[in-house]
Amino acid sequence: MVGVITWLALLFTDISIVLSSTNNIKSDIPLWIPNVILNLFILTLYYYYKLKVEREDSLNFVDLLWRVFATGLVATVISLALKLVEFLIGSTKLTNHVVFVDLLYMINLGLMIGFLIMAFMAWKRLILYQKSKWLLRLWNFFEWGLLFSLIYNSFDFPFVEELYVTLLTFFVIIGLILSGNMKWVAYLNFRQKWTSLLLLLLTIFYLLYGLFTMSSLVESLSTKTANYTDYQFHIFILSIITFVTLYSIFSFLVILFNLPTSSVFEQKLEEVVNFQRISQSIQTEQSEESVYNILLETSVSTVFADAAWLEVKHPDQPSKLYTYKITDKEAYEIISHLNAQNVKGILDQGSDKTRNLSKHLAALRGSRFRSILAFPIYVKGENIGTLALLKELAESFNKEMTKIVSTFANQAGISIENFRLMEEALQNERYKEELKIAKNVQKSLLPDVLEQDKDFEIAAFSESADEVGGDYYDTLRTNDNEVSLIIADVSGKGTTAAFHMSQMKGIFHSLAQHCIQADEFMRRANQALVYCLERGSFISATFFIVNTLTKKIQYSRAGHCPVLYYHAADNSTEYFKDKGIALGMVRNKSYGSFIQAYEFEYKPNDIMVLYTDGITEAKNDKGEEFGYERLAEILSEVKSLSPKEIQEHLINKLYEFSGTKNINDDYTTMIVKFK
Amino acid sequence: MIHIKRLQEDSADILALIGEIDASSSIELDLAIAKSVGEGATKILIDCSSLEYISSAGLGVFMSYIEEFKDKNIKMVLYGMNDKVANTFEILGLNELLDITKDKAQAKRMIQ
Repeated sequence: MVGVITWLALLFTDISIVLSSTNNIKSDIPLWIPNVILNLFILTLYYYYKLKVEREDSLNFVDLLWRVFATGLVATVISLALKLVEFLIGSTKLTNHVVFVDLLYMINLGLMIGFLIMAFMAWKRLILYQKSKWLLRLWNFFEWGLLFSLIYNSFDFPFVEELYVTLLTFFVIIGLILSGNMKWVAYLNFRQKWTSLLLLLLTIFYLLYGLFTMSSLVESLSTKTANYTDYQFHIFILSIITFVTLYSIFSFLVILFNLPTSSVFEQKLEEVVNFQRISQSIQTEQSEESVYNILLETSVSTVFADAAWLEVKHPDQPSKLYTYKITDKEAYEIISHLNAQNVKGILDQGSDKTRNLSKHLAALRGSRFRSILAFPIYVKGENIGTLALLKELAESFNKEMTKIVSTFANQAGISIENFRLMEEALQNERYKEELKIAKNVQKSLLPDVLEQDKDFEIAAFSESADEVGGDYYDTLRTNDNEVSLIIADVSGKGTTAAFHMSQMKGIFHSLAQHCIQADEFMRRANQALVYCLERGSFISATFFIVNTLTKKIQYSRAGHCPVLYYHAADNSTEYFKDKGIALGMVRNKSYGSFIQAYEFEYKPNDIMVLYTDGITEAKNDKGEEFGYERLAEILSEVKSLSPKEIQEHLINKLYEFSGTKNINDDYTTMIVKFK
Repeated sequence: MIHIKRLQEDSADILALIGEIDASSSIELDLAIAKSVGEGATKILIDCSSLEYISSAGLGVFMSYIEEFKDKNIKMVLYGMNDKVANTFEILGLNELLDITKDKAQAKRMIQ
């Protein structure tokens, strides 16, 4: 749409100007009219190209140059076609007529202005690539200054030559300063540079051709009439011509001189990209292997190596070889050759420095390689592998390359280290999760409700350390008169302890059902546990059968902490230190001879305290243990309270003694008070 | 933390346990005993006079060798333990399975 409107505007202005030009002879139309229309035309084109160039912000530099070139091509072809028409018609009255010459001049002027403004907008984009604040300000000043100059040209101000020259010089100088901004050139690769050179050369040619045509037309026109619109006095057009031409020539020269160094720049750019790849590989890659492969690839492409290998040491396996354009056999030949040469600290893992080993390679016959460079790869200060780069040319690694690849090797080491750390963290997280599950399992194994009776009351408390513990207590009513109790401590910690604890629970619930004797319970429990307890693991336990009919308790102790008993009758406490070894310690039938059942009668207000060694072995800050005496003393302090209150008092005293609630062990207590 | 000193006297291996044996240091105890056995010792004396504490894991180590020693006819005697440590052995009933005695002289007599 915009194109059509501007084209119409162009036609309209063209015709108007031509008409006015012919009418000039009659001097009917004011002289300033064509100037205003020309400036309006310039403005329309200006906004048209501004929008056009700005809209397509995805264009790259070469595309931009191509657009300028294409505009120039169209303008030149039309201009040449007109010349051809003029030539074919020949030197007739028509071709010499002032209107015809003026029409030609106007068409050429319009095309020229279009081409110039297109170039101006394109150069603007190039100059403002990587702009600074200062540059942007200068450019805005330049652009707005040029637009304001249109106003000066629009009206027939009295012509002041000094002002005109000053303004023109001013714009030319700013244009020159702006032309120094060639940062975009650096981002072209070698091919793009050649294309750009060609496009710029043709653009310059079009500019020169346009100028030549224009000046010849102006010359022929000036012989026929004095009142034509002369662009030579138009500041905007002149400034823009100078600027566009200057920048085109500058760009051409800069690109030309940059050609030889472009490969270096490209290489640097690739190094940066490679470096990024290695750093990013840690986040995206799934394995160490891909980090190795990236290291190999990037190193090879950076130094243009002909072949390479990466030897990675594994603790328990033979080292692994990642190769590039070299067979394992060839690589091992070189390695063994270097080892045979007794080159100290090289491709073996003992090397701590990057080394150029080319001189050693020279002695290896039959190898196509003449240069070799070796780099160690470190993870956490430990050498985990060696990167070797090979070239067929002798002496073809320079210091620069060595530095870069050594940086790559370091970065790869860091990537692998990070990768391993992440793996470890994951493993840790998994372990924690496992512990959490085990802890939940363990908690769920402990009873929510304890058996109660008109003859006794029971309270219990259990807490495990950060790790999962293996303390267990439970109660089970076997008939109207009998209730079984158990307290047990599984050796070890963690998931296996929780697992054994669940086995103990199963054993308790199945064996206690059968109203067997306490020592028989232990014998059978031992028999069952022998098959699942691993070497060195055992379970200490005490098992009770409370008979409320006979008021007797039968119990058997299998290596568990002695029962603390309070006799209400004579207000005394005692520990039941009977014989009995822990479950799982003897793994044959002879276990029976180490276990015994005991029986005693209970009286009202008697108290039985069952506990695990986490309580008696709890330490204070002086390293003293809570101990048996303290436990007995505390019991006598609160003997008249309910079991729940006794339990709370005991745990509070325990915390008070150890000075913390985080006791580094599992601690459990079960208190039975008889009525 | 545990430090284990090993010396040989009259054809017997003497392992002196110095410090505390908990879940982690029990591994060292296990390794020390296994090493003695591996080198063909048939008489092992364990000097517990500097043993300040032993956890159930440590006891488990002694326990785990009982049957093996019986089969291989290896004699092991523990001696010199303080009351607290002795009590730990007693509670679990290990004093009935292991040979525990007061001092070195008695221990030597027991392995003859």
